Amino acid sequence: MPKKTIVYPYIPNSVPEVKAELMKEVGVTDPMDLYEEIPDHLRFKEELKLPEPILDEYSIRRHTDEILKKNKTADEYLCFLGAGCAPHFVPAVCDEINGRGEFLTAYVGDSMGDHGKWQALFEYCSLMGELLDMDILSIPMYDGGQAASSSLRMANRINNRKKVLLPATMNPEIFMVVKNYLNSVPQPEIEIVQIKFDPNTGLMDLNDLKNNMSNDVCAVFIENPSYLGFIETQAEEIGKIARQAGAEFIVYTDPISLGVMEAPANYGATITCGDYHPLGLHLGAGGCQGGFIATHDDMKYISEFKDLMFGLTDTIQEGEWGFGEVLYDRTSYGSRDKGKEFTGTSTGLWAITAGVYLSLMGPKGMQEVGTTIMQNSQYAAKKLSAIPGVKIQLSSPFFKEFVVNFDMTGKTVAEINKKLLEFKIFGGKDLSHDFPQFGQSALYCVTEIHQQKDIDKLAYALQGVISC
Amino acid sequence: MARQQRKLLRDNYHQARWDEPIIFEMSVPGERGVLVPMASEEIASQVGDGASAIPASLRRKKAPALPEVNQMRVNRHYYHLSQETLGTDVTLGISEGTCTMKYSPKVQEHMASRHPGIVEVHPHQDPETMQGLLEIYYKVEQFLKEVSGMDAFSLQPGGGAHAVYTNASIIRAYHRARGDHKRTEIITTMFSHPCDAATPNTAGFKVITLMPDESGYPDLEAMKAALSERTAGIMITNPEDTGIYNPRIEEYVRAAHAVGALCSYDQANANGMLGIHRAKEANFDLVHFNLHKTFSAPHGSMGPATGAVGVKEFLKPYLPVPRVEFDGQKYTLNYNYPESIGKVRTFFGNANVVLKTYMWIMQHGADGLKEAAICSVLNNQYFMKKISQIPGVVIPYAKGKRRLEQVRYSWEKLMQDTGVGTDDVNRRLVDFGIEHYWTSHHPWVVPEPFTLEPCESYNKEDMDEYIEVLQQISKEAYEDPDFVKKAPYKAASHRPTHSAIDDPELIAVTWRQYQKKKGLRK
Repeated sequence: MPKKTIVYPYIPNSVPEVKAELMKEVGVTDPMDLYEEIPDHLRFKEELKLPEPILDEYSIRRHTDEILKKNKTADEYLCFLGAGCAPHFVPAVCDEINGRGEFLTAYVGDSMGDHGKWQALFEYCSLMGELLDMDILSIPMYDGGQAASSSLRMANRINNRKKVLLPATMNPEIFMVVKNYLNSVPQPEIEIVQIKFDPNTGLMDLNDLKNNMSNDVCAVFIENPSYLGFIETQAEEIGKIARQAGAEFIVYTDPISLGVMEAPANYGATITCGDYHPLGLHLGAGGCQGGFIATHDDMKYISEFKDLMFGLTDTIQEGEWGFGEVLYDRTSYGSRDKGKEFTGTSTGLWAITAGVYLSLMGPKGMQEVGTTIMQNSQYAAKKLSAIPGVKIQLSSPFFKEFVVNFDMTGKTVAEINKKLLEFKIFGGKDLSHDFPQFGQSALYCVTEIHQQKDIDKLAYALQGVISC
Repeated sequence: MARQQRKLLRDNYHQARWDEPIIFEMSVPGERGVLVPMASEEIASQVGDGASAIPASLRRKKAPALPEVNQMRVNRHYYHLSQETLGTDVTLGISEGTCTMKYSPKVQEHMASRHPGIVEVHPHQDPETMQGLLEIYYKVEQFLKEVSGMDAFSLQPGGGAHAVYTNASIIRAYHRARGDHKRTEIITTMFSHPCDAATPNTAGFKVITLMPDESGYPDLEAMKAALSERTAGIMITNPEDTGIYNPRIEEYVRAAHAVGALCSYDQANANGMLGIHRAKEANFDLVHFNLHKTFSAPHGSMGPATGAVGVKEFLKPYLPVPRVEFDGQKYTLNYNYPESIGKVRTFFGNANVVLKTYMWIMQHGADGLKEAAICSVLNNQYFMKKISQIPGVVIPYAKGKRRLEQVRYSWEKLMQDTGVGTDDVNRRLVDFGIEHYWTSHHPWVVPEPFTLEPCESYNKEDMDEYIEVLQQISKEAYEDPDFVKKAPYKAASHRPTHSAIDDPELIAVTWRQYQKKKGLRK
């Protein structure tokens, strides 16, 4: 039976008459003649083995909905998972703006026709600059992992040293990204040393840091607040140790902490980096991450950024803002393999969203959200630690996340989390694989979206799970 | 009025020009854009102000100097900025050749950005609670395997260049695992995307770039001369940015394989070849697709995006982790690949982009994918024929050969005749409501280049409108070159005084840096 002709709504020239007219224009009678440059033996002669299409829009929507409904969601469950993707409040205007088709479907257009996109990304850099108290940012990166990795590569180019010191408490996912990114041919060019930590506080072991410190250290990297939630209270001292040895001091920070926590630049960071996901973006199954790097206004740093930079300038029209490419030849778009690392499509839409978020929040909003997170998470830690057998693993002050140890309950985190699902709760991230020294521990994340009743419910559920 | 008489040229067009301030200029002390949740009174009474737990040295001393703007003004401001942006939803994306600016169906966007089954899923949930998400990942991998002929895919990289970087990392891991440490070089071609040179360099390789021969193909003899026991791999595009398919592609692959190198196929622009030509038949070992191009996900003002990496079975152990697996009943995440390069991105990459890809493939099936490819090539050949007739246009290389999905054109003749070059035409384009076009990556091997790609989303009238605009600009250039040079007139903003800012004195990438340079702030 001959195949039925389908006119696809997204392929307008699939209308047979139009197609025939165009084919006549270009002088072919068979569509395959369009491909005469592809030798016959390199053509795929079979039919792709793909499912039968779902042609109409209602049915594809229904079909996709049925698949997505198999997922349990943080809409329906209480989510205490963070570990780099914490649930935060997303103002409606953030979704409104990133849903604007003009931003959603723009790409690499120049600064006149895409003036708004250039301005929105310039504003993202500017707003982040205020939060971080630093002057220089590029347009965004893939995620925090890329930001951490590129910060280290920048440091390496700045001082040409070959050893980086990272905390052993580092986010394991980001560590994996960094490890691959510092790799080279034929052997890793940059040596990674992980600095020990105090098991009671999580803080960096300064003796181990000093023992590893030398004039060949390229950078000392810390997270603050850390992956495990604790605040690295020795940050200023670590920075001094690093800078005295001529190394860069890189601080990976959580931007939503910076209304209450000091900007790393003000305790000595020479490079600040992180993931701006907390600023107005949804969980999105991890698909709403975005990386940033910031430095002071110094050509030594500016010329080492790998991504595009949009600079504010004038136009030929008096009083009008315009935008231009800054140091384009730095980038691989300008100089191919002679550029800094590589650049490409990253997370522009999410950066615009983070800019909207910071515009809405203002200084007061950032201070308040930081305060609420501190209060709610401290309350949660207090509440959980009152449950028999449950203890808070680290004694340091923390922001948003903290390590909860269940060793004395006789149950594994996996068992506890399975049971918590019955209470419609996503328990904390199981750390027993990545941090076996903490035994059966989980990383709990509490933010401004958790109300007291949510935290109380968690405590109640955990009590029940543990005692049964 | 009859259709034929309707004019296509939008000469009455004017883009929104809001003369919009920078958001900081809109600040009114005390205004609030949004109120945030506060801790309950009971919580506050139990733990105090929370923030005093932070040691003094690490407490924020001076509030960030963010603007204070009420919500309506923030919303209006960003609406204005969006209206000053020519996304493909409002203009002809034909302009951005090599970028495949196809229509991104709204039904996909609505599911990906509104359905709690993706928006409200945490990537560290127990896999049993995200079976739907893993099903989407698993199935998209199977679809892409079929479309390319490769044996395994990773959907983790966050963009096309990121995928090419991942492939360079895999090539490195493969040779190292075999104890072959001599392989320190990667060969690419000048008309391959810059990332095919930049990412292997980032991965630590020495990069050799081949120039095109007089026919526009990469020089095969030069490549044979460059290949040796030091060659780790070749990373090339086909068709290259010129839209010329290299019919001898197999010979390049064969020559590379003969010295033990791997072959990586940059198929960021596979749109013209879906169901017609695959990496497998050309004997490539690695491939990548840009899901935000060929598979219809939008470009999002430069992301989020996904570069899907595909490899042959023998390279599967090196793919990033976790891998999504299926035992016939359950989808699981497997991290147990000890030879894996590890991760290139946190979590699983951009799930929203993967979901859109899933929907697009499911809406089209095998026949629809092939129809998209055919119509994109048909459009391009029609378009090229018409563009070639515009005074001032030159089409370098491969005369008389059919191009696939895009063409790199040149205004070299227009420049010689009138002094109007590609940058001038590009600025004038927006006066007709059309997005600036893509000239070329650097260096400009083709003089005064512009690269157009009328993919399958555009109908004949869209193409004819575009052609008419270029005809008009060409006419203007011959009649009044200065007029074109001073464009744009109707865009959201005029020509910047500095479109390339290389002087450190003029660099202002943030508002604070600008203010400091102007002496408005300490």
